Amino acid sequence: MKASVGGYARATDLQHAIKLLDSADGMARVLAGGQSLVAAMNMRLTAGDLLVDISRLSELRGVTDEGDTIRIGALTRHVEVGDNALIKEHAPLLADAVKFIAHATIRNRGTIGGALAHADPAAEFPACVLALGATLQIMGPDGGRTIAVEDFFLGLFETDLEPEEVLMAITIPKAEAGERQVLQEVTRRSGDYALAGLCLVKRQAGHRLTMLSVGEQPELATGAMAMLDAGNIDGAVAALRAEIDPSSDTNASASYRRHIAGVLLRRAVDQMTGDVR
Amino acid sequence: MSVQFGNPDRPNSYIGKTVPRPNAARLVEGRGKYVDDIVLPRMVHVAFVRSPFAHAKIQGIETVDAASVKGVLRVFTGADLAEVCTPWVAVLAHLKGLKSPPEHPMAVDRACWVGEPVVAVVATSRAAAEDAAELVDVDYEQLPVVTDMMTALDKDTPVLHPEMGDNLAFQRVNEEGDLDAAFAGAHKIVSAQFSTARHTGVTLEPRSILVDWNPAETQMTAYHATQAPHMMQTVLAKHLDLPESRVRVICGDVGGSYGIKVHVYPDEVATAAIAKIMGRPVKFIADRLESFTTDIHARDHKIDAKIAVDKDGKILGFDVDDWTAIGAYSVYPRTSAIEGNQVINLCGGPYDFADYRAKTTVVFQNKTPTCQYRAVGHPIAVAITEGLVDMAAAELGMDPIEIRRRNMYADDAYPVTSPAKMRFEGLSHHQSMDKLVGLMDYDALRADQAAAREKGIHRGIGIATFIELTNPSPFMYGIGGARISAQDGCTVRMDPDGSIVALSGVTEQGQGTEAMLSQIVAESVGVLPSKVRVITGDTQVTPYGGGTWASRGAGIGGEAALRAGRALRDSILEVAAAMLQADQSNLDIRDGEVVDSESGTARMPLEELGRIVYFRGDTLPEDLPRELVQTRHYITSEYPFAFTNGVQASYVEVDTDTGEVKLLKHWCVEDCGRIINPQLVDEQIRGGIVQGLGGALFEEVHYDEDGQLLNGSMADYLVPMAAEMPDMIIGHVETPTKESALGAKGAGEAGTAGAPAAVMNAINDALRPMGAQVSAMPFTPERILRALGTIEE
Repeated sequence: MKASVGGYARATDLQHAIKLLDSADGMARVLAGGQSLVAAMNMRLTAGDLLVDISRLSELRGVTDEGDTIRIGALTRHVEVGDNALIKEHAPLLADAVKFIAHATIRNRGTIGGALAHADPAAEFPACVLALGATLQIMGPDGGRTIAVEDFFLGLFETDLEPEEVLMAITIPKAEAGERQVLQEVTRRSGDYALAGLCLVKRQAGHRLTMLSVGEQPELATGAMAMLDAGNIDGAVAALRAEIDPSSDTNASASYRRHIAGVLLRRAVDQMTGDVR
Repeated sequence: MSVQFGNPDRPNSYIGKTVPRPNAARLVEGRGKYVDDIVLPRMVHVAFVRSPFAHAKIQGIETVDAASVKGVLRVFTGADLAEVCTPWVAVLAHLKGLKSPPEHPMAVDRACWVGEPVVAVVATSRAAAEDAAELVDVDYEQLPVVTDMMTALDKDTPVLHPEMGDNLAFQRVNEEGDLDAAFAGAHKIVSAQFSTARHTGVTLEPRSILVDWNPAETQMTAYHATQAPHMMQTVLAKHLDLPESRVRVICGDVGGSYGIKVHVYPDEVATAAIAKIMGRPVKFIADRLESFTTDIHARDHKIDAKIAVDKDGKILGFDVDDWTAIGAYSVYPRTSAIEGNQVINLCGGPYDFADYRAKTTVVFQNKTPTCQYRAVGHPIAVAITEGLVDMAAAELGMDPIEIRRRNMYADDAYPVTSPAKMRFEGLSHHQSMDKLVGLMDYDALRADQAAAREKGIHRGIGIATFIELTNPSPFMYGIGGARISAQDGCTVRMDPDGSIVALSGVTEQGQGTEAMLSQIVAESVGVLPSKVRVITGDTQVTPYGGGTWASRGAGIGGEAALRAGRALRDSILEVAAAMLQADQSNLDIRDGEVVDSESGTARMPLEELGRIVYFRGDTLPEDLPRELVQTRHYITSEYPFAFTNGVQASYVEVDTDTGEVKLLKHWCVEDCGRIINPQLVDEQIRGGIVQGLGGALFEEVHYDEDGQLLNGSMADYLVPMAAEMPDMIIGHVETPTKESALGAKGAGEAGTAGAPAAVMNAINDALRPMGAQVSAMPFTPERILRALGTIEE
């Protein structure tokens, strides 16, 4: 199919981008890496929108050390997330996640901000930033705001972002001494969306556990987290299987996904304790 | 002169060597010319409105809004095209009882599958045509659907085509000996249910056609990505009421076919009909979604099968009950009964046994039509046969290699006719098995498997012997009344500069036909391969031929090229003998020079001979023949098919927690007779294995119970990708066919034939200690865990 585009405008700076979005009456889409949006356009799943290209906005690029946190610009590409020294040191979960994301050509173009704004429940980055307890910086016509990631994801492909807002950056607390961050997933083929995946972070304050491909949006598995905090692995597996609501599709049934969630949790715990298989 | 294949030092020894592909640089540099690269003056584009329902009556079509879209020129309904294009019925006389209703290029009053073309929108761009297509309003009345194969013949299932009487398209029993007696006296009977998933070919280049109608010349020219240009010439001429001579089909570069592009597609014929009505060039390029919904599907089979063995593991008989559903129509003109027919012809193929019964039942349903796809029926028959043989071996506590050695036809048993009535001229099952066992170091692999098992790692070894049907004679289609050529021709000519042009009726789909032909012509004439230019794919230019299907290019087209090349060599030498006052029998052509055959002394370059023949023919004796162009055609006659054989092995690791299967390594020893280009053959085998591994682990077209396609994209229909592919070790045994001087049989489908069964047997070898077994492909992680009993609800 041929895409049907309502127009294209390249934003020269962030305010220009917001002005373009604001003037389109909800009929504009932010174009960053284009790795989900362009595919959807080419299947005419979305059509007629004004594309606001933010890819030249240098203020949305780069990773910076901000003391207790690191700040990742929304336009940071997947390949850069995987290679960045600050991310590898302070948020290794994100760097580890990159090798599970699609293929090199997609990683070279796709951006972390795009992945979060798209809010695909099968994608790695949304589940990772939720497990890491990130905060998101958003700019809109009325100025900037900051939102906790727990409040950002609202549903299937749905976030707290308004149509005229742009996600600017993600701020992630630096991993504390002894913190462990683990990602486990099962895929049909390398680079595919996971049949199920799991992010586990262990901090002094306790565990944070999220999953991908098992519900409409990334969510903290609080029941399983409490069991893990109590040192009850079997209880955590049971709780996790009970609190997720996976769906069935052509690649796997809900039953398979629920089963695999437990397998992945045990493997993640094994990986944290060094008993890696 | 015969080619001394056994002597590697012979002059012009290009047959049997890896020489570079003449078209490789062009394709790698992006200078290929595919249908979509062709732009003609006044060319327009067509997009199709397709049925969103699996079965629906078309009550009315409203096209006013669509016609008003900027750039739109015409909107056609099925009724419009029915006025210029006759429907077709895809049956063959030798497939007794096969029935199928007439099919139009676009649905006229009823749509029978999701994706069937209903309305065509023609515009100055494809984008405009798609914009307009969204505005076409078709009033559908949904009708009851037939989707489940196994209940298609039940009394309370609606009949899809009432005029056909029932939903049965074809049924045949292939029977030999007294099966019931054999089973009654058996030591063990093992039975199993197998299923193979609905696949499609996923060619890199989608289906593409550009048709121009020139009323001034009353000539239709179709630029078409096809495997069979001459067949398409016949089809377009017949159904658009044109003389065959006024239809020219040109097939340039093709980005892979695998059988997908050897069939007649309604939307492609519609494009030709529209070109004829509009009198201007019309282009149709399928997009990927259209490819998934309208390219032929294949291999949707369910099988109940049994094997009987005696206490020594001797096979007594096979009993096979095969079912397949082929969509709403048998596909024109090869028909959709061939796959089931192949299954019942190929089961038990490698083995020497007496009693056989195999039945195929082919039914209609409201899904995309199925038809011939790479290795037609083979992967199904091999999975049934080799799955049962492994299960019988396990029952007997016998090694899987040993049970096969006890049953395979002896290498000196030929010629022989199998219980399925297949005639084998010469196969090498035992030699191939011995070579395989050596290549894979079977005993060491078994030791590795045992050591891994101690550590809780479950690995398995799977073996699959197979036969492959190649070099088909008219017994495949011609005797059934189809104008599908089993013979093929080649014209070879020498130009004044001593270079050679070869025109062949077989076609290049990316598989290396041009390389293979250039080697044969170079050797048979006596020039460097770089001096040979090969031209294929133009019905007005090349000799009449069948094209690419059933692994026939090298065996049929190659033999025609060899004979034409030798004839040209003789013509050249006759002229040379006159010029040099020499005895023709003492002359040879080597590296583009006429030489004394005894001493090798150079006598005259071909350029000089060309100069004299073409520019100073007055200096030659008046009655000397000087036609430096020769054509030869070739057809097999002694055997209906040239069977090949081979054996594959797979080594896998099964993660019993997640159900994931990791392919550790794969082996194949194959006997395709004379090998013309070892690298091309090896890569054909590897590519074929990859397609087979796709069927074993990944590929499955899903429909819901309403006949809606659920996975019409590359994200959801999983094809095998490089990261999952194992190393593949390829070995060969060469048993040339005696039917031709070249001795080549086909190699294009062997990899696909055997790979799924090898993987299935390997997985089951890994799972056997846990009492689990799988036989429904693809072997997804979920199916593995369900077999293990890990997930039950």
